[in-house]
Amino acid sequence: MEDMIFYDRLQFAFTITFHYIFPQLTMGLSLLIVYFKWKYLRNKIEKYNDSAKFFMKIFAINFTMGVVTGIPMEFQFGTNWAKFSELTGGIIGQTLAMEGMFSFFLESSFLALFIFGEKLMGQKLHLLTGFLVFLGSWASGWFILATNAWMQHPVGYEILENGKFVLENFSALFTNPWLLPAFLHNQLASVVTSSFVVASIGAFYVLRNKQVEHGKLFLKTGVIFGLVSSILVAFPTGDWNAKNVAKYQPAAFAAMEGIFETEEAGAEIVLIGQPNMVEKKLDNKIAVPNILSFLTYQEWDRQIVGMDKFKEEELPDNIPALYYSYHIMVGLGTVFMAIMALAAFLLWRNKLYTSKAILWSIMFLVPFPYIANLTGWYTAELGRQPYLVYGLLRTTEGVSPTVSSGNTLFTLLGFVALYMLLGLLFLVLVGKTINQGPKHQTH
Amino acid sequence: METFWFIAIAIVLTVFFILDGYDFGTGIIHLFFAKTEKDKEVIAKSAGLFWDSNEVWLVAAGGLLFMAFPTFYASVFSGFYLPLIIVLWLIIFRAIGLEFRGQFHFQMWKDIWDKSFGISSLLLALFFGIALGNVVRGVNLGGVEDGVSVYEGHYFFLPLWNSSFSPLSDHPGIIDWFTIIIGLISVVTLAIHGANWIILKTNSSINGKLKNIIFKLNIALAALTIFSLVVWQIVNPNSLDNFKEKPYLIFFPLIYLNGLIGLFFIKKLRKDIHGFALSTLLILGGITSSLASLFPVILPSVNSVNEPLTIYNTASANYGLSVALTWGFIGFTLLIIYFIVQKRLMGGKIDHMDYGH
Repeated sequence: MEDMIFYDRLQFAFTITFHYIFPQLTMGLSLLIVYFKWKYLRNKIEKYNDSAKFFMKIFAINFTMGVVTGIPMEFQFGTNWAKFSELTGGIIGQTLAMEGMFSFFLESSFLALFIFGEKLMGQKLHLLTGFLVFLGSWASGWFILATNAWMQHPVGYEILENGKFVLENFSALFTNPWLLPAFLHNQLASVVTSSFVVASIGAFYVLRNKQVEHGKLFLKTGVIFGLVSSILVAFPTGDWNAKNVAKYQPAAFAAMEGIFETEEAGAEIVLIGQPNMVEKKLDNKIAVPNILSFLTYQEWDRQIVGMDKFKEEELPDNIPALYYSYHIMVGLGTVFMAIMALAAFLLWRNKLYTSKAILWSIMFLVPFPYIANLTGWYTAELGRQPYLVYGLLRTTEGVSPTVSSGNTLFTLLGFVALYMLLGLLFLVLVGKTINQGPKHQTH
Repeated sequence: METFWFIAIAIVLTVFFILDGYDFGTGIIHLFFAKTEKDKEVIAKSAGLFWDSNEVWLVAAGGLLFMAFPTFYASVFSGFYLPLIIVLWLIIFRAIGLEFRGQFHFQMWKDIWDKSFGISSLLLALFFGIALGNVVRGVNLGGVEDGVSVYEGHYFFLPLWNSSFSPLSDHPGIIDWFTIIIGLISVVTLAIHGANWIILKTNSSINGKLKNIIFKLNIALAALTIFSLVVWQIVNPNSLDNFKEKPYLIFFPLIYLNGLIGLFFIKKLRKDIHGFALSTLLILGGITSSLASLFPVILPSVNSVNEPLTIYNTASANYGLSVALTWGFIGFTLLIIYFIVQKRLMGGKIDHMDYGH
């Protein structure tokens, strides 16, 4: 039984990780595309239009990857987590079906129109289709986050005698206090990723001294969007989420912050340290006293409940992974703010395009916002353990009763092999598109 | 309420098979009949431009099924675990084939992705047919061994096949001689559908030849259909009960029959769209007839210990279903609008449409 859950969890973790490489770019990128297109309508400078179309090409490749890796996500609820689907389908089926019907259709229909229909529709309608793609992709995020928010903090339900969750209040799904902060945090994080991608491609063009005019525009736009989003992703939205975790999932909060023992007179914030699960302490710890209490409750000496106050079976089952995910996310977020602030300063002083060191840094930093986004999700999902529906349905109770672990391992291996191939092809294709650059538009 | 959602989901699913069906079929034709590079390119394009917007119907059907009939979703998706995951892989391979063939202009590259597109399309058509065959035949619900359920009564797990390949066994596998026949029907039907799509959307050099092929395939289809009806009586003796009780249901098989007979006159049809309409009737009639023969059952049980799954014992509670009615109505309206807009903009032959590469 243990093994069986292990492979099911690993398969879901692997496929969702790979899947979320793509939507995290497309959601943020659609915003920047709308910006480029809107600027073009106002100033009629051709390179803005080139940029919008160039990034829509990148968007389209990512969207295709998102579709083909997204269908397995929907299927896996049924194939691997049948009991969970049976018990909660009446509730999360609502939000998932809405995602399919409202956002996915919107996004895919208008993406095709944006790519093929510029001449047919004229500029204003072209902007509108771009906006609808943006709307579709953000609505998609909204419905998925609504689904996840319900699992993190269940609301509007009733549990029947046979264990089934029944929807009692539809609108509660969307007024869930978990939803809005999680949604904003997630969308801003997605803007961070796409800003880095845009700036990074810009840095590449400027450094290579090819398509320099477009490169400079990408850099400028990426840096400004990147600075604003990497600040907002931390304050207020990241902060708001952390407070929600402290309030609704105190066990997860203690684990992700690495608080092994309750500190009565205010909790320290851990900067560095490795969880030692045998001795229940952090090794090589560097921490600042009382900061965590202040950040969480605005009171320096407020008590924060540590892991010692929870029963073993209420604590997340992989505390080190949760702790590292959270700290990697926060650490990277800080780096992003610093580098974008520096780049913005240089931009203001007109030195950005000639500062080789920062251009190289921006170019090579591009994988890190992806890592920060993914570790952010790991924090949310590992923190929710050992439950599927927090406090109500344990992960061990949600798995398919009839699928053996041998079968799951087989499909997991298949997914790994297939996604490696897919990843390779994706890189080749994106590389080719970037190499062609925005000037080589086929009209 | 359950019946309403059953019909709504049946419609979405049928639309999916009609739409994605033509691009599966296009792949089958591409695999066997496209010889020149020009034909290969344009035929791949006639699927490549549309596959992703067609597959959103699958996502919508999946989502709605999950919402309205969660127990069915859970039971069927875990019970058909292996074939479903294999279907997912095939969908991915097909998509890669379509999206990547035009990226580099050397022959070996194109050949690889052409085969990937063609073979996955063929296998998908086969697997979807086999899936329908399984639903019609029924499964060993509860995994009954010697009269005792191993799982809860609404769960099961099917191996890919059992040693006898027989649908009459107590432990039928996913692939047996009955489901293979349904699979072949699906392959032939979708090949006809795809051929009609190619004729409708392209000026490929094999369009004339394709009408001949459709005619021959249709003979095969008629033979398979008659044969399958006979064996269906053996596999599921109650399959005609619904039609006897509610004679108006005979309308659905008539749709199928209409398509089947009409396609024998494929060479005489004045407009290309008529051929496509007739193969659409085949798919529409085929799926609706199968569902009508089962209704309200959606998955029969081959043992007498456990009840079959019906729309009533697998549905969500009433409140959820009625809330979904409101947003579902808005959703459907939007779907239809997008669909019309897209078809208008992508109408006509696509030979010279730029594929964005």
